Amino acid sequence: MSVIIDRFDVFAGGFWLTLQICVLAAIGALVLGAVVAVLRISPVPPLRAVGTAYVTVFRNMPLTVVMFFAAFALPALGSNADFLRIPVLDSVFTRLGTDLPYFRFALIALVLYTAAFVCEALRSGVNAVPAGQAEAARSLGMTFTQNLWHVVLPQSWKASVVPLGSVIIAMIKNSALVGFFGVVGDLSQTADQLTSAEGLAFVPVAIGVSIGYLIMTVPLGALLDRIERRQAVAAR
Amino acid sequence: MRLQRFAAVATATALAFGLTACGSKDSDGGSDAGAGSKSFAAGSTMERLNKAQSIKVGTKVDQPGFGLKGLSGKPEGFDVEVAKIIVKELGIPTDKIEFVETPSKVREDAIVNGTVDFVVATYTINDERKKRVAFAGPYYEAGQNILVKADDAGITGPDSFKDGTKKVCSVTGSTPAENIKKSVKDVATQVVLFDTYDKCITALDGGQVNAVTTDNVILLGYIAKNQGKYKLAGDNFTKEPYGIGVKLEDKDFRTFINDTLEKSFQDGSWKKAWDDTAGKFGAELGAAPAIDRY
Repeated sequence: MSVIIDRFDVFAGGFWLTLQICVLAAIGALVLGAVVAVLRISPVPPLRAVGTAYVTVFRNMPLTVVMFFAAFALPALGSNADFLRIPVLDSVFTRLGTDLPYFRFALIALVLYTAAFVCEALRSGVNAVPAGQAEAARSLGMTFTQNLWHVVLPQSWKASVVPLGSVIIAMIKNSALVGFFGVVGDLSQTADQLTSAEGLAFVPVAIGVSIGYLIMTVPLGALLDRIERRQAVAAR
Repeated sequence: MRLQRFAAVATATALAFGLTACGSKDSDGGSDAGAGSKSFAAGSTMERLNKAQSIKVGTKVDQPGFGLKGLSGKPEGFDVEVAKIIVKELGIPTDKIEFVETPSKVREDAIVNGTVDFVVATYTINDERKKRVAFAGPYYEAGQNILVKADDAGITGPDSFKDGTKKVCSVTGSTPAENIKKSVKDVATQVVLFDTYDKCITALDGGQVNAVTTDNVILLGYIAKNQGKYKLAGDNFTKEPYGIGVKLEDKDFRTFINDTLEKSFQDGSWKKAWDDTAGKFGAELGAAPAIDRY
């Protein structure tokens, strides 16, 4: 167990990098997922088809395959994902400031994959809103956007919080894959680093890595439980 | 298979005549090639393995020339052949060997926990590892080198990375990855790590990295597979003595393996093992390394 204390800096560094990836990917996935959800419930059939196609593809493809595409197909197509080098993020997240295409590839893969699940979580929330609400809004002459923004989404939000949280927790765990696709020094990769380069015993290192992920996921789960309970009270 | 078994029987029988008074009783060609035909010190690992007539050997399954598991389902390569030399000497038929995949990160644990009896898996002897396991050998001395595209003249050695512009790929947690980190200006931007060398090669093809670095023998495997596409940039810049990992406290077993290796250097079986495996890639064998009986 002394491994965790002795090499605390390594674990902390890995934790920090994983946290950066997760925060950025969560923001990206929530935004993209919301857009796809709106497409899926829009009254325009072609848009609906686009949304459905997106979810069908990314929900049914293994994340490893998505990562492979991002890390190896994008460069082959001549893209270094430079569009993700957003100036402000550069200064906030130190790792992005440097030229690390694999960080961006990993981010793209995580966002694309998770957005499909975010979309479905949001849609489940929308479906939980009684159809009469939307119909009433429409009969009052509201447009689709007004309807969505003022009537449906505020109510659906409550029903989607818990499934959304599960999606984000799953995403944090999924981020462990990025270490195998060229991102140096994330939490999962530190395990490899410590065990194979330095010959440390696998079990304590694995425990240390697990603790790192638990620190990110357990509080999030607890928070969701609280929100859920508060909603249950509010709904009464 | 048949022939191999015959060879094992023949070797064991010959050795038994040479070394011990109690001659071979299994001239009927039975499968218990060495049981009882060899005697080892009571209570030693050698005796236990010889009695059990089975042995577990840790190898890699993804290193062409050393330990590669192909469609045959059994690993093949120099490491595998070296393991067979030792197992034969223990009086166990080589078809009784159970090869266990031991990737770099579990090698020490596999030895300490007794999952395997010994490990031959391109296993560099170093002080860090000597704290948890003991090494017999070395049976080969590799060296780290750099693989670049055949038309790349910009990289001539590890010093080519010092200006901070070129990127190099290696495998997570490997010794070569740690070594190359000392030669680059900025680790974060210049060193790309994957879990396999195949991905590094893909990244090299895609232009994401300028070079791949690891032990020369592994790189030679890739050069041999893709004629004219890649080349080595300069000479080996480290010495990687490959050893055989055994339990830390098992000095007798270590001495036994060392003796066996020294014998194989002399009787030609070591060279033959090389010529049949990694030697086919054009890798240099060189003189037999000096056994390090520390």
